[in-house]
Amino acid sequence: MIKSAKNRIWLASGVAALIGLGLVTAPALAQRDPAYAAARAAGQVGEKMDGYLGVVGSGNAQLRAMVDDINIRRRAVYAEQAQAKGATLEEYAFTAGCLAIARTEPGEMYVAYSTGEWTERTASSPDRDPRCP
Amino acid sequence: MTNVKLTTPALRAHKLPETGRDMGTKAGRAIMMGVTLLGPALLAGCIKLEAPSEPIVIELNINITQEVIYRLAEDAGNTLDENADIF
Repeated sequence: MIKSAKNRIWLASGVAALIGLGLVTAPALAQRDPAYAAARAAGQVGEKMDGYLGVVGSGNAQLRAMVDDINIRRRAVYAEQAQAKGATLEEYAFTAGCLAIARTEPGEMYVAYSTGEWTERTASSPDRDPRCP
Repeated sequence: MTNVKLTTPALRAHKLPETGRDMGTKAGRAIMMGVTLLGPALLAGCIKLEAPSEPIVIELNINITQEVIYRLAEDAGNTLDENADIF
């Protein structure tokens, strides 16, 4: 704990440097809710091919409520961006789904293209739709 | 044109030899009964109609072209970055 003050200075200067380099943008600092982060890491929720989050297995009421809330917010973002890009909501959401699956980390769950089943992400690249970029 | 039968059909002069499948014999009756009972059971084994256990999923994404996805990819990537709390 004695070192914490010194560490904080280093951390602050590090973050400042990253912002200066443009590697960290202000909105990206809004991080996942701890409950969401924990559910992802535990494989209780995962990324679907349609661009929305899904509950793996039967789940529970709390998980379903959290997933519904996130998906409503995702949908609002998709709708806005799709309109701006002259695309349909489904097209934009599907594209985002491609990227969201690509960005899953080992241990997290996603729906595999070839099986349509929940699959754990491994170190190798995920099994995605061939149309994905 | 009409056919006119000149004579009534004559009955056979003698009975056909016994075949063993004759309904008259006890064994024959038992066999016929067995066939009658087995028939539906065999048919039931042939055609089985069952409701699917899995819900029927209609794939709605098949109309999305790769061209569109590639056009949107960069913007979608930024969207994921800018909304990191929900992705």
